[in-house]
Amino acid sequence: MKNFQLKAKILAQTRIKDNYWRCELSAPQIAKNALAGQFINIRVNDGLDPLLRRPLSIHGARGSKIKIFYKVVGKATEILAQKKVGEMLDILGPLGSGFTYPQPAARRSPPPILVAGGMGVAPLIFLAEKLRGVKTTVLIGAKTKGQLLCAWEFKKSGCAVKIATDDGSSGFKGRVSDLLKNLLSASGPSSQPIYACGPKPMLRAVADIANVCGIPAQLSLEEHMSCGIGACLGCVVRTKDGLKRVCKEGPVFLAKDLIW
Amino acid sequence: MQTKFSVEIGKLKLNNPVLAASGTFGYAEEFKDFMDLRKLGAIVTKTLTLKPRQGNPAPRTCETPAGLLNSIGLENPGLEIFIQDKLPFLKKIGIPIIMSIASEEESLEFLELVSRINLIKEVVAVELNISCPNVQGRSNLISQDAESTYKIVQEVRKITDKVLITKLSPNVTSIGAIAEAAEKAGSDAVALINTLGGMSIDVEQRKPKVAAGIAGLSGPAIRPVAVRMVWEVFNKVKIPIIGMGGIMDVSSALEFIIAGATAVSIGTANFINPKISAEIVSGLKEYLTRNKIADIQDLTGSLKICSQR
Repeated sequence: MKNFQLKAKILAQTRIKDNYWRCELSAPQIAKNALAGQFINIRVNDGLDPLLRRPLSIHGARGSKIKIFYKVVGKATEILAQKKVGEMLDILGPLGSGFTYPQPAARRSPPPILVAGGMGVAPLIFLAEKLRGVKTTVLIGAKTKGQLLCAWEFKKSGCAVKIATDDGSSGFKGRVSDLLKNLLSASGPSSQPIYACGPKPMLRAVADIANVCGIPAQLSLEEHMSCGIGACLGCVVRTKDGLKRVCKEGPVFLAKDLIW
Repeated sequence: MQTKFSVEIGKLKLNNPVLAASGTFGYAEEFKDFMDLRKLGAIVTKTLTLKPRQGNPAPRTCETPAGLLNSIGLENPGLEIFIQDKLPFLKKIGIPIIMSIASEEESLEFLELVSRINLIKEVVAVELNISCPNVQGRSNLISQDAESTYKIVQEVRKITDKVLITKLSPNVTSIGAIAEAAEKAGSDAVALINTLGGMSIDVEQRKPKVAAGIAGLSGPAIRPVAVRMVWEVFNKVKIPIIGMGGIMDVSSALEFIIAGATAVSIGTANFINPKISAEIVSGLKEYLTRNKIADIQDLTGSLKICSQR
């Protein structure tokens, strides 16, 4: 797949709540080619602080536009959140391998389960959009009800949404991986493919469940990246087939291939 | 006015003085979508060893003020797989390929590697990476000792006609003395600097941010150190210098050339702007024209020293 470097104009920049922002960019070549699970690498300014680009999942793509969804966690995202509509961002994309999902013509396969923890909703919204028309179930995990993200957007894409919060303030009380376990044991032997994105401990728990049940699971990993294009070898993970670059062979990996 | 933009590194003639630095450009294929690779003067490959190397545990990199710490640990597929999988693409580009090599077993491996590289006609030069700070179990780098540097360069020199470049470490007291040893032993050029030893700590966890603990610092943070070292080496040796260390733009590339570098390598900046090398090439040309300099080699070491009052 071809990658592009372009100056993308900010078309919309909205604070969703607290530190969470959604940004829409004009990026025709990236929008046209993007797969759910791929990411862009953003240079937030021309200076030396921050020095490196920051990778962010593609949250949606339609026509000539792409969306990103981010949380302000440090200097780079702080600068990003201060950008106004009309300003330009230097971006690379669409990077990485993305999820493998059935094309609209061949959707006879069992309905998928999406598992999102925290900011893990970012790429999964895009996937849900791509899976529109399939009876997708989404499990969203958050610490509290107040920190739940994108539940409404998933519903809009036609997904059945189930919620888990650590404190029980909404939905199932406990971890989203336990909610997944309950769901799978209630439904009996299943071959519903799993797609997950979230913090590492959550992904590991999801991988364990999927591997025990023999269900194919695709996990989108997050790692610190220096280049995002496969050159620096900084973001490697261990797999059964040796070290793999999260930015190039990933960020999506099969649960059965990963060594934790 | 016709400006001369080509430079010579030993018998190797480069169309322009801008190189992609080892370890920051993969095996070039990673950059093909972002720039016309033929615009580069040469490509220096990620360092290769005889056998595949897994490298160091993650996290392997971390950003620091105006810098980047890395401890990749020379992960590479080994010579055989490089020849099979990576070399064909590099050959197709049609610009000089410089192979960076390192040894896990001192001179024996270097000699074995070089004797194999002798047979690859598209590889025009070999860069001896005797300055990688991230190889476990080696407390002293070859390039931290003039005598060891002399010995290894001389041994390799005996068995190859390829252009020989020795990559030097900044983690020394006198880099000039090491450069002299490389020159005396028959190196065609010296490349400097490799990364500067560094460390960054997560204070909440009290753990190093890069798993290996000590790592190598690159990026604009080290540039003044690198420029100073190029100047020192320029005053010690006659062989060409390939200067590097935090070059981000045309003006920082020029600093190195004025300090004494015949060519420059772009490293960390490739991660930030993957087409930066091509931009620096055209910026250098523009500088020459604007300043009516007929030959870029006239700029090398043209630093004007302030006269004493």
